[in-house]
Amino acid sequence: MADLHLTEARASASEAAAIDAAIGNETAVVVETERLVRGGTARRHALRHLLLPALHALQTESGWISPGGLNHIAEVLQVPPAEAYGVASFYEMFRVDDPPGHDDDVVHVCIDPACRIAGAEDRIAELEAAGTPVHRSPCLGQCERPPAVFIQGRRKANSVPADDQPFALPQAGDPALRLLRRVGVVDPTSLDSYREHGGYEALTAALAMGPDAVLTALTDAGLSGRGGAAFPTGVKWRAVRDASGADERPAQKRPIQKHVVANADESEPGTFKDRIVMEHDPFALIEAMTIAGVTTGATRGWVYIRGEYPQATARLENAIAEASAAGLLGDDVAGSGHAFHVEVRRGAGAYICGEETALFNSLEGFRGEPRNKPPYPTTNGLFDQPTAINNPETLLNVLPIVLDGPDAYRAAGTDGSPGTRLFCVSGDVAAPGLYEFPFGISLGELLGAAGGVTGGADPQAILLGGAAGMFVTAESLDLALTLEDTRAAGVTLGSGVVMVFGPQVDLADVCARIAEFFRNESCGQCVPCRVGAVRQHEMVVELGAKPISADQRQLHDDMVQVMADASICGLGHTAGSAIQSAFDLGLLGGSR
Amino acid sequence: MTDVANQPLETETTVTISVDGAEVSVAAGETILTACTKAGIDTPTICYGPTLTPVNACRVCVVELDGSRTLVPSCSRPAEDGMVVQTDSERVRHSRKMVLEFLGSGVDLSEADDLRAWSEQYGADPTRYGPAAERMNEDVKVQDDLYVRDYDKCVLCYKCVEACGDDAQHTFAISMAGRGFGARISTEFDVTLPESACVYCGNCVAVCPTNALQFKTEFDLRQAANWRPEDQSVTTTVCSYCGVGCNLELHTQDERIVKVTSPNDHSVTSGNLCIKGRFGWQYVHGDTDG
Repeated sequence: MADLHLTEARASASEAAAIDAAIGNETAVVVETERLVRGGTARRHALRHLLLPALHALQTESGWISPGGLNHIAEVLQVPPAEAYGVASFYEMFRVDDPPGHDDDVVHVCIDPACRIAGAEDRIAELEAAGTPVHRSPCLGQCERPPAVFIQGRRKANSVPADDQPFALPQAGDPALRLLRRVGVVDPTSLDSYREHGGYEALTAALAMGPDAVLTALTDAGLSGRGGAAFPTGVKWRAVRDASGADERPAQKRPIQKHVVANADESEPGTFKDRIVMEHDPFALIEAMTIAGVTTGATRGWVYIRGEYPQATARLENAIAEASAAGLLGDDVAGSGHAFHVEVRRGAGAYICGEETALFNSLEGFRGEPRNKPPYPTTNGLFDQPTAINNPETLLNVLPIVLDGPDAYRAAGTDGSPGTRLFCVSGDVAAPGLYEFPFGISLGELLGAAGGVTGGADPQAILLGGAAGMFVTAESLDLALTLEDTRAAGVTLGSGVVMVFGPQVDLADVCARIAEFFRNESCGQCVPCRVGAVRQHEMVVELGAKPISADQRQLHDDMVQVMADASICGLGHTAGSAIQSAFDLGLLGGSR
Repeated sequence: MTDVANQPLETETTVTISVDGAEVSVAAGETILTACTKAGIDTPTICYGPTLTPVNACRVCVVELDGSRTLVPSCSRPAEDGMVVQTDSERVRHSRKMVLEFLGSGVDLSEADDLRAWSEQYGADPTRYGPAAERMNEDVKVQDDLYVRDYDKCVLCYKCVEACGDDAQHTFAISMAGRGFGARISTEFDVTLPESACVYCGNCVAVCPTNALQFKTEFDLRQAANWRPEDQSVTTTVCSYCGVGCNLELHTQDERIVKVTSPNDHSVTSGNLCIKGRFGWQYVHGDTDG
C-alpha cells in the first residue's frame, strides 16, 4: 500500500518479470506509520536511479512503454506514474504511443551530416522497400563507417551490424600513439591481455604516489577536458577531493559519498572517439576511473554510456567484472584499502544527456534537463554529492601522465595545449576514422593523414567541433589545431570532430539538418533554446539555397544572441553557432 | 523545545551587491531578484513564484553579471558580496525581448496580461516569425466541472508541476512530458484528470501565469463573454470546513462566487487550498442543483 494513485492498467506477467529482473532485489520499503508526505518524497527518490534500467527492460520486452508496464515500474520503485511517464517520453529509444509494429526490432538509421552525404536516405529507401520500417535517428556515433545503423532489439539485445566487420585503426602500429596504443592490439575482453600491454601499471603508480602527487602531476601536465569545455582536470579533481560537503549542504545530514562519472554519452554529431576506445581498450577507462576514485576520495564510479553503443557497453561490463574478480575494483582496490565500485548505466537516446548536469538528472531517474549552475558538480553533482565527471578521452590521458610524468607528457603538443588529441575525421576523406596527433597539427596535415579530400579537390567546408561547433573553409587548412589557435580564430575543437564536405555536397541541406538536430534535441526546459531552435530551423528550411535578406539576417543574429546569452546550458549556447558560421562564410544564404 | 531554525540570528549576515550602480544589501542566501526588488527595480518573471522553488526555465528575469560569460537568472542566483549587476543593459533588454517574442510567436497570450504588458515594454514583435511559425496547437481540455486546461496558452513554466509536486501538494498528478518544442504538461499517457492522481486542490490553477489553467466558472463566463474582472469584488474570510483556518478570498461577480483563492503570504496556506475550500462553496448560493 502506498499513497500512489495508479490507473487500472496492469503489467503482463512477462513485463513484470522483465522489469523485476532489471531492478534486481531492490524493492521500495513502505512504512505504513510514517508521515505520508515526507515518507513518500523519500521513497520517491530512494530507488529512482533504477527507473532508466527498468524502462529499458520494459521497452525491450514489450516494444513500447505500456501503461501496465509503467504502472508496475511506478509501484515497485514508488515513483509517481506521471513522473515516470515524463521521463519515458523524454527519450528517443522509448515509445509511449503504442506504435504499430512494435513487435519488431527497431532499425535506426542515422541521418546526420556524415551519414547523410554518404547516402543515408538511399539506405533507408532500400530498407523500407524491403518492408523494414526505419527510425530516422540522430548521429549514432559511427561516422567513420556511414551510413550508420543501430538495431534496437525486441526481446533480444541491441546490436550494430557494422560491429561484425573487422576493426582496423588507421594509425595501427604507429609508435607515437599514446591514447590509442593498445587499440586494435590488446584483446579487449581480457584483463590478462590488458596487463600484458602495460595495463594497471598506472594504478600501481598512482597508489604509490598518493593523491596529492597525482593531482600535482595532472596540473603540471596541463591536462584539460576533452569533452568540449577544456576545463583543467587537476583543478576539477582537487575541488572534489577538497569538497567537505559541510559548507555546501548545511541543511542535510547525509554522509558525504563522492562519485566519479565517465561521461560516455558521446552524442555530438561527428563524434565516435570514445566508442572506439571503449570497444577496443575498455580496461583503460576503468583503470583511469579507479585512479580518479582513489585520488578524489570517491568510492562510487559510474559510466553513463549512450544507449546506442551495445558493444562498448558489453565490453565495459565485462571489464568491470574481470577487474572486480581480480580485486582491482571493490572494497579494497589492489590491496590499497581504498574502496571503488563501478556501474555502467545506459542512456536512452538524448543528446542533452551529455551535458553533465542533465546526465546526473538522467542517471538519477529524472528527466534529462540541465540544472542551473552554480552550484557546480565538484560540490553538488550526482545525487547532490561531490562528483568528478570527465570525458573518457580525458580520463585516458591520466594513465600516461601518472606513468611517465608531466614532462614526458608535455613533450607532445604546445605550451597552451599539452599532449595529444583524438580527432574524429569523417565525411569526404579517403580514410575516415579515429586519429591521434599532438596538439598543433594543422588542419591540412590532418586531412592529409586521412588520405586527403575525396576526389582530390579542396573541401567546400569543414565542420570543426561537431554540430555545436563551426564551419571553416579551405582557407583555414593552415589552422593549428590547438585550444589557443582555434580560440584565436573564433572556432572550437569541441569533441575533436573534423567533418569534411566535398565540392558536390548540398550545404543548405546539411545546415537544415543541423538546425533540425537542435530542434529535436533541445530538452525544452528553457524558452531561448526550446523556441529558438525551432525558429532557426524554420528559417533555414525556408531559406534553402536562396540569398538571405538583411531582415532575416538580423532576426537570425537576434535569435543566436538570446540562445547564447540566456539559455540554461551549453546546448542552447552553441545551437546557433554552426549555422551562424555558415552565414558568415557565405556557405549559406550567400551568393556563392 | 525551542525551534532554533526560526529564531532570528543575533547577527544576521548580509551581502552587498551593486544593482545598476546602487549598493543594495540583502540577507545572505537571498537572490539577485530580491536585491533588485529592494532597489526598487521591477523585474519581469514568469516561472518564478514567491511560494515555489525556482526552476529558472523562462529566462525572462535574466540580468548581466560582471564576470559571467552568459546572463544569469536573477530569480535563483544567490547574491554574493561584491557582485555587480546590470538589469537594463542592451544585452538584458535583448534577451527579455526575445524570450517574450519567442513565447508570443507560439503561445496564445491573449489572457496573459503581465506577459502582454512586458512584451510591449520590451518591444517584442512575434510577427517577425511569419504566419507559418509552429505553435502549441492544443485543444482545450474540459474534463470535469472544476477546471479547464487550455495548453494552447501554456508557456511551460513548470509552476503547476511544482505546485502539484514537491512545492505544495505532493500529489504528482502532472509532469513535463515529451521533449523540446513538443514538451507538454501531462498526466501519465495523457489520461484525463479524473483518471489521474489529481485531487482537485486547484493549486496548479492558482499559480498559472497565463490562464492556461483556469477555473471552470471563469472559463464558462469567458465563453459567454461575461467575465468582468473590473466588476468583481474580493472578500476575505476563513474556510468553514475544518479547523486549519485557511484564509479564503472569495471573488464575486454579480453577487455570485466565481473564483476562490488564498493569499500567498498567508502563514497557513501560502496560497494553497484543498478541494473543499477551493470549490465547496455552492451552498453559499443555496442552489438546489449544486
